[in-house]
Amino acid sequence: MANVISDETIEYVGILAKLELSPEEKEAAKKDMASMLDYIDKLNELDTTGVEPMSHVFPVNNVFREDVVANPDGSEDTLANAPERRDSAFVVPKTVDS
Amino acid sequence: MSKQYETVIGLEVHVELATKTKIFCACSTEFGGTPNSHTCPVCTGMPGSLPVLNKKVVEYAMAVGMAMNCKINQYCKFDRKNYFYPDNPQNYQISQLYLPICYDGGIEIETKDGGTKTIGIHEIHMEEDAGKLVHDDWEDVSLVDFNRSGVPLIEIVSEPDMRSAEEVIAYLDKLRMIVQYLGASDCKMQEGSMRADVNLSVREVGAKEFGTRTEMKNIGSFKAIARAIENETARQIDLIESGEKVVQETRRWNDDQGYSYAMRSKEDAQDYRYFPEPDLVPIVISDEWMESIKASQPELRPEKMARYQSEFALPQYDAEILTSAKRLADVFEATTEICGKPKKVSNWLMGETMRLLKDKNMDPEDIRFSPKNLAKLIELTEAGTINGTVAKEVFELIFAEDIDPEAYVKEKGLTTVSDEGELRSTIEQIIKDNPQSVEDYHNGKEKAIGFLVGQTMKATKGKANPGLVNQILKELL
Amino acid sequence: MSLLDLTAVELSEKIKAGETTAVEAMEAVIAQIEAKEETLNCYVTFDKEAALKKAAEVQKKIEAGELTGPLAGVPVAIKDNMCTEGMLTTCSSKILNNFIPTFTSEAVINLEKAGAVVIGKTNMDEFAMGSTTETSAYGETKNPWNTAHVPGGSSGGSAAAVAADECFFALGSDTGGSIRQPASYCGVVGMKPTYGTVSRYGLIAYGSSLDQIGPLCKTVTDCATIMEVIASHDKKDSTSIARGDLDFTSALVDDVKGLKIGIPKDYFGEGIDPEVKNAVLAAAKTLEEKGAIVEEFDLGLVDYAIPAYYVIAAAEASSNLERFDGVKYGYRTANYEGLHNMYKKSRSEGFGAEVKRRIMLGSFVLSSGYYDAYYLKALRTKALIKEEFNKAFAKYDVILGPAAPTTAPKLGASLSDPIKMYLGDIYTISVNLAGLPGICVPCGLDSKGLPIGLQLIGDCFKEKNIIRVAYAYEQSSDFPKCPAASMTD
Repeated sequence: MANVISDETIEYVGILAKLELSPEEKEAAKKDMASMLDYIDKLNELDTTGVEPMSHVFPVNNVFREDVVANPDGSEDTLANAPERRDSAFVVPKTVDS
Repeated sequence: MSKQYETVIGLEVHVELATKTKIFCACSTEFGGTPNSHTCPVCTGMPGSLPVLNKKVVEYAMAVGMAMNCKINQYCKFDRKNYFYPDNPQNYQISQLYLPICYDGGIEIETKDGGTKTIGIHEIHMEEDAGKLVHDDWEDVSLVDFNRSGVPLIEIVSEPDMRSAEEVIAYLDKLRMIVQYLGASDCKMQEGSMRADVNLSVREVGAKEFGTRTEMKNIGSFKAIARAIENETARQIDLIESGEKVVQETRRWNDDQGYSYAMRSKEDAQDYRYFPEPDLVPIVISDEWMESIKASQPELRPEKMARYQSEFALPQYDAEILTSAKRLADVFEATTEICGKPKKVSNWLMGETMRLLKDKNMDPEDIRFSPKNLAKLIELTEAGTINGTVAKEVFELIFAEDIDPEAYVKEKGLTTVSDEGELRSTIEQIIKDNPQSVEDYHNGKEKAIGFLVGQTMKATKGKANPGLVNQILKELL
Repeated sequence: MSLLDLTAVELSEKIKAGETTAVEAMEAVIAQIEAKEETLNCYVTFDKEAALKKAAEVQKKIEAGELTGPLAGVPVAIKDNMCTEGMLTTCSSKILNNFIPTFTSEAVINLEKAGAVVIGKTNMDEFAMGSTTETSAYGETKNPWNTAHVPGGSSGGSAAAVAADECFFALGSDTGGSIRQPASYCGVVGMKPTYGTVSRYGLIAYGSSLDQIGPLCKTVTDCATIMEVIASHDKKDSTSIARGDLDFTSALVDDVKGLKIGIPKDYFGEGIDPEVKNAVLAAAKTLEEKGAIVEEFDLGLVDYAIPAYYVIAAAEASSNLERFDGVKYGYRTANYEGLHNMYKKSRSEGFGAEVKRRIMLGSFVLSSGYYDAYYLKALRTKALIKEEFNKAFAKYDVILGPAAPTTAPKLGASLSDPIKMYLGDIYTISVNLAGLPGICVPCGLDSKGLPIGLQLIGDCFKEKNIIRVAYAYEQSSDFPKCPAASMTD
């Protein structure tokens, strides 16, 4: 009981999730996450030994496509909502250090 | 250096599969094209889009696994690998972590001392490729093209069984050959359809534990891999010798400068938060499906090599060279099928073709000429319509532009001069012009006739039938 | 009688009979929207001209005999997390404030093929994360029964629009109760089908393994009819299921004799409002009087559904929402230094507090060292919960209970304590975990005049059982029309 979330953890999760929290948001997030984890820890009351984790509720398998090209040139649709584009490419801040 | 060190290497090889469409959508996998032309909502991570698995990807992965003696996971799944990068449109890559399609295999390589060694295959998994980033030279921006995004990949993960750059190259050669023979990929390193990550550590000879390893990502050629391995081995030994520690990290090899550097960043947590992909259902591989893949497995190199010797009566040496690349073997078989002269075809491929490939720094996979034109060339030569010198010239054009030799020879008037009267008058003139050579010949210098033949060929611009030239010369002399 | 008093099926019949037109129906809806929207805020996007133009096109096709289905000519509202080609689709988030999809969701395509006419996009909790529609970046929607109260969520805009006659029916999505709970709060019928029955293609994902699209509408007849239109086996959605039993309207039979209905005792314990309890038990009594066999039973594991759900939904959401990064579409921050700063600022400015809270939680439970303890534990719990339902459905045809422990809370009363808000989903969440169908039908008003909802849960693929019970109950109950639905002018 009583999870404590450190500043480092919030910082680390922020890096994973690509979220930048203000100092107040960080404090709130520490509190929120701790209380949610306390609540989630309720699951530890259950003995789940030998229970297979269930990701899909139905035993549906083998949904496939045949290997046939069906899509036309999609560049205009793909770029239609681009915040920044140049010709037919998206523009992002440089991804390598010079 | 007092201590003896051993290098321990494992490889992760990414191979782009030769499917027509991407792994999760019906976009073309064709190389090149205008940026983002081969894209749709699925392979660009549009909100609301969903993936549907290309069946052919599973079949290629199974075929490669079987050819590498792997076990097949008859119940396998996809997982999401989460990391932010602009070439990764969903910011997660659909891959396989928990239940990869193939595991526990191995392939045999030949070692320097002529023996063999098995390199273990830890697993083979299926995943999607990322897009391409082009860095602008003038501005601080990169351009994103998703044409490669969603192209199917298999990642072949070896066990850390290699001990030298030579073994690594032998392993890659073997792996590439198997995949090419299966038709599962063209494995062109320069187009990025085959890439290798090198995991490397060093330890003292005799040590039981592995040392700390580093990973060098996406090295672009066999030669670069060999250089990177030598460099990284030396770097790690230096660190250990000077009492420092090897840090487990990802490094980038700069082949031009000949050094590697750590790709460390505060923003790269390397915590991929894998979990089962909820948008895709599991793959269940029945025994029947496995059998049908096994049954349709194409002939691999050892069988082909044996067949070439028995069916076409080729020497072992020829069979070895012709089967050293799938493309070469394909061209050999198709050409032989047309002209029915296996040894002649073999000679053209082993001789002129290999020479031109080497000169132009090309791989056999880059061969573009059609078997039909090589077959025609062989027929023209065999019929005496053109002589060997002309044939070699014409072949260069076939190799470069896949010209029709028949039409070309006719158009350029390269047909062998076999008109005896015309040739006889030419030779009479040459004998008249070269009295010294004639005298030498009569004094027993057999070589002198060679000079006269040469002069005749020169005068006929190489078109003279050499047999006929010899015959007439001897007669006139 | 106003056109707006008609159900969707009744309206279409009148249009096809030539007694009114699709355009007149659309005009009536538009007049209602213009009268009510300022107060209620049901819509994020509403394009009057486009809606009228589409209605005119549909009317022509009806007259030409090309559209003959039961929804031909009927105006419909779509929750704003379903892509609509050429029409702004925001998920009620700032991060998609300018996103215009280039394709339409499969469920909406199915509706359009049947001749339903899209009016606009309804407000929701941002990315469907919330139970009140207060987390929307475009203002809260108000409950038409009492505008001091929330409409529920996350499909609050859809539920309120149906209740206030701002549409004839609407589509919502349900990940943990997001159709059934707002249906309960707004006094309308809402259904979450068996997972895989309605294609998710074009639905902007929250929790992929839990999300299902379903109708919010005026009657059970409308509900079954809409289900027949939107359900399909879609090859673009790998989790879409090929089923041959989509004739839901065949279950519209006023007969429950011999049907076994189980009431989980655990649904009536601590936390339930006595007025809700009484109304739901009275509904059970009605069904018993009509010949159903009604029994109480122990469902078990009820308390574990919410923690399991929040782990699974948050984990999937943290991954599903990674694509919103300011690169390909949506909001990009104005000022940034380098790539990672652009990502962080765009996402931090673009997402609201509740979305960030769930992304943080989801990223944490999947992170190195915690995956087994949280994520796998939740998936194992899910398997046990499914097993409990299997046992229950071995004995009962339908499970009956409330949709929510209370009627609609006041605006601003829920967001301060997330756990308390999550507890409000206690009766709906396990249905999503187990992939079951569930329907909510109104069963009375509390002393404040707010609607109470009855939830009926069926076994997988047994929508017809719950439709039959809901229909029979509806025939014997007399639920009033929402006062806000009458025209003010």
